[in-house]
Formats: sequence, C-alpha cells, structure tokens
Amino acid sequence: MFELNEDQQALVAMVRDFATGALAPHAAKWDETKHFPVDVLAEAGALGMGGIYVREKFGGSGLTRSDAVMIFEELAKADPTIAAYISIHNMVVWMIDTFGNDEQRAQWVPQLASMEALGSYCLTEPGAGSDAAALSTKAARDGDDYVLNGVKQFISGAGSSSFYIVMARTADTGNRGITAIVVPANTPGLSFGANEKKMGWNAQPTRQVVFENVRVPVTNRLGEEGSGFGIAMKGLNGGRINMGACSLGGGQTALDKSVAYLKERQAFGGPLINQQSLLFQLADMETELVTARTLLWRAADALDRGSPDAMKLCAMAKQVATDAGFNVANSAIQLHGGYGYLSEYGLEKIARDLRVHQILEGSNEIMRLVVGRILAGA
Amino acid sequence: MKITVLVKQVPDTEEERRLDPATGLLDRDGSESVADEINERALEVALRYKDANKGSEIVVLTLGPAAAVQALRKALSMGADSAVHVVDERLKGADIAVTAAVLAAAVQRTGFDLVLAGNESTDGRGGVVPAMVAEHLGLPLLSSLNTVELTAETVSGEVSVEAGSLAVSAALPAIVSVTERSAEARFPNFKGIMTAKRKPLATLTLADLGLDAGAGSGISTVLTISERPARTAGKKIVDDGTAAAELAGFLAAGRLI
Repeated sequence: MFELNEDQQALVAMVRDFATGALAPHAAKWDETKHFPVDVLAEAGALGMGGIYVREKFGGSGLTRSDAVMIFEELAKADPTIAAYISIHNMVVWMIDTFGNDEQRAQWVPQLASMEALGSYCLTEPGAGSDAAALSTKAARDGDDYVLNGVKQFISGAGSSSFYIVMARTADTGNRGITAIVVPANTPGLSFGANEKKMGWNAQPTRQVVFENVRVPVTNRLGEEGSGFGIAMKGLNGGRINMGACSLGGGQTALDKSVAYLKERQAFGGPLINQQSLLFQLADMETELVTARTLLWRAADALDRGSPDAMKLCAMAKQVATDAGFNVANSAIQLHGGYGYLSEYGLEKIARDLRVHQILEGSNEIMRLVVGRILAGA
Repeated sequence: MKITVLVKQVPDTEEERRLDPATGLLDRDGSESVADEINERALEVALRYKDANKGSEIVVLTLGPAAAVQALRKALSMGADSAVHVVDERLKGADIAVTAAVLAAAVQRTGFDLVLAGNESTDGRGGVVPAMVAEHLGLPLLSSLNTVELTAETVSGEVSVEAGSLAVSAALPAIVSVTERSAEARFPNFKGIMTAKRKPLATLTLADLGLDAGAGSGISTVLTISERPARTAGKKIVDDGTAAAELAGFLAAGRLI
C-alpha cells in the first residue's frame, strides 16, 4: 500500500512525461490569459485520463482510486488547475458509468472518456453550498420529459462542457427529493453566466448555469427519482481525495522549488539551506506532505475496497491534504522572499490555485462535520 | 507486414552519465535507465504503419541485462505486439560487433519484413549497429532517414547529407534507421500500460540463438578510460574595437564557421 507497484510506476512515469511536456510549460500563460486548453484535455483523454476509474467496456481505463490519486498528484505538479478540472470531469463520467444504464453509458461515456466531450457537475446553487440538500433548482415531470428551472453556481467547465449532471429537486422531501439529470449543452433554455473573476484556477472557466424551462427526456435521469443526493455524496468521496491529491502535487512542486532555491541562494556567507531554522521549515513541509499522502492513499484504498469507513477517511484525507498543500505553497513563498511574490517564480500561482481546494468538494469545515457526525453516530 | 524494432535501454540523458573506471563499462547504477528516445521514434514509425494497416505485427527486440526488460515493457505499452529479450551473462560488455551479430541472429530467428532502429544510441553513439546488422543479413540498408514512407513492398524516405537531402528507397525486406527528426513518439496510454504485461515476451540466450560460447567475448577490449577533464574558464575578449574580428578568428580556428 505504501509502495508503488510496477504498473503504478509506469502509469506515473507516463503522466509525468505528459504533464512535463504538455502542461508545465504553458501553465503560467494559461493562468494569465484565462485559457481553458480543451485541445490539451483531448490529448489527456486519448491517454485514458478522461475515465480513469471508469470500466473499460465503454472506453474507460478501468484503474483504481489508488492509481487515480497518484495520477492526479502527478498532473498537479505541473498545473493544479488542469489536474483539478480533470478530476471534476472524471467524477461526471464515473457517475454516468456507475449510476446510468447501458443505453446511457453507450451514449455518453465513450465521448466523455476520450475527453472529446467535456462534463460539468452542477450541485451548488447561489443559495445552497454546504447545505446542498437545500438546493432549489426544480425538475418538474411533464409527460416523458423533465422541465428544469433554476440556477447553479460556481460550475467548473460551464460554457465549454458538452454535458451537465444537474442535481435538481423532483419532490419537496429534503435530500430524498433530489434527482440527477444529464443535460446536454445544446438544450434550449440552457444558458451561462459570465466567466467569474477568481483568485486562482484561472485556466478553467467557472460560470453560473441557468435553466429556463430546459426540457430533457426522462431517459436522461441517472438512477431512480430521489436518488440524486446519494449519487452526489458518493461522487464527492472520490472527488475529495482527488482534490487532496491535486493539493499534494502543487505542494510538492512548491517544496521542490524551495529546496533548490535555498541550496542556491547565498546570504550571510553561504547557501541559505545552511540556516537551520530554514532547514527545519523544509523538514516540516516534507513531513506535512508525507503525512497527508499517507492518509490519502489509505482513503483511496478504503474506497477501492468499499470499506465502511471510506467516507470518513476521504473527508479526513481531503481536509489534511488540502490544508497541507496550501500551507506548503504559502511557506514556499516566504522561503523565496521577494522572489516568491513574483509570478515568474510560479509559487504565488500554486498558492492561489490550491486555496480553493480548502473550500470546494465540501469545505474543510464540512469535512469536520462529516467526521464528527460519524463519531457521534448521528 | 512484420516489423521488428530494435530498442535499447540507456541512461537518462538528463542525468550525469559515467563509466565505471574499474571495468570500463557503463555504470548502470549511476543514473536512471530509460528506453532510448530514438528507438521510440523508430517504434512510432512502425506503430503509424500498423494504425493504418491492421493486421501488421510489431516485434521489439533488445540485447541487454535483465533490467533492460523495462525498455521492452515501455515499447509494449506503446503498442508493440510482442517482445524478444536477448540476455546472457556472456554478453556483458558486448561490443558493437558482437551486439550486431547477436541482433542479426535474433531478428532472423524472429522473422521480419522490415527492421527499424534508431540511427545511434544516446549512450554509445557508435551509429553503426543497423549497418552491421544489414551486412550480416545481406539486406539493403536505408540509414538515418528523417522521414519514412512504407508500403507493403517498399520503404523510402529522405536523408540529410552535407549539401542537401537524398530521396532513397529499397524493396523489402530491408533495414532502416531513423534520426531524431523522424516521427515524434506517442505516449503509452493507460490501457496500453496495463495490458503490456500480458503481451508475449520471449527471453533468449546465446545458446537459443545457436551462437557458440565465444560469441559473447568481444572483438575489442577497453584498455583505459579517463575522466573528462574539469571545465576551465573560457577565453574572454575585451572589446577595444577589434572584438568582432577576434571572435570571428576564434570561431574560424575552431572550424565552427
């Protein structure tokens, strides 16, 4: 569990080659120009990154969650923003593969797994974030159709994606009245807000998704009516560890840059790494990352085995890893002094990108709520 | 069509590569080993033909120590159908002549319509193995192609020469080596990586190839090796109005212009 097996070594080596060549050299420019590189995502899709833990039958790669967190960490070393979008996309494809029927899989999974078509996940609303069960977007049954009305907030990939999994209310029965519905991008009545101006994650669009009498056939529903909240929560277990992995990747790059910089930077008569307080700081950063990675791999393993404590471990790992990644990136800025504050050194971007990982896929406060409620048996 | 691609495991060019002063052999523990990039381009040429012509077969072949199997696995994960690994304790330190003789015997045993190789490895850089294999087999050699066009009967391509380029072609079977200007190698995809270990990988010894025990002992012997001299400071030209002429003179003296 704590060593990469031969397959994982080969998977990680390939992802590293891809990320080093196709992502890293462009990450700063994409951030600066808010460019969403759909062509590069299609390249990633051709390599199997669009359906990492989706079964092979409809074009997925059939890998494990344990493989996936290693893959996401490697992608994020080059660009946390692109890695994180690929995670969200994977959650969408996995939901269709897991909760859809064979017709739905055959229709949507192949084009999504290859990333020729992109997917977005629509849960959060302007007035319902952490309290997701309070969402108000409605899907009213009308013959063989659902008619959707409402607004979704902070939707990654919105406007560029071809398919949107929408959590909508089909009954006024709290979290048991929520249903997952697939809405294709070209459906009349579907529109998008402006691309949000953000602290980080600039290389992927974030927009509102607006539904005005959006009509889709009932056959676009995933699973049963009322099963949407369960689907959303199950998806988030995987989303959480992936996001944790993205934070570890960003943090690892920040640490690697810091070690190299302190070895090279001369002050007070020698390289800065000879200053023990700074060396201790590096040691703390390494320890924080390895601690988080260890828990994250355990959570991924629990999810692979369908262990009963998977949800708890995923929540813990998400909190620990996203906090670790941001702390390390922030410390790396301090260790680089004034240079850390310059965009050219690439550290402020990592910190800006990783900051949001502490907020999304369930904020780190909600992670404590998940763990606490399990402890309290509630 | 059956294409055999010669591959080699080499030290990563991004790291410091060194010879072991005691044995004169490559220090394989000194740096990470990778599949030589130039071989991956040769494999890419074969894979593109296979993509367009289903039913083609690609065999990858290497001569090297046990760990060289990693280079074969990488080639299998990229899409080769099967692999052959010639590994024999007596081949340790095999020189170019021995290597070529053994590779020629191995490709003959495997069977082929075309043998593809890189024009030189990034470690030894002898650049003659494909030609020697062609000589052993008595087949035409198209050496150092920048582009390769392949049909069921012929292979052709373009070679850079000092004064321009040559268009060359040969009837199959033939031996072809490609330069680093040829097809850029693809990444293996996840499915390729996971299925690579289920593909056939044969291990052959000198005895399996019908080569006698003496075949392993090299014709050449390394007498001495010496460390690359430490870098010294370059010549500094202070411009007093004649710097341009001095620079041009320096470059001309070094035959750089």
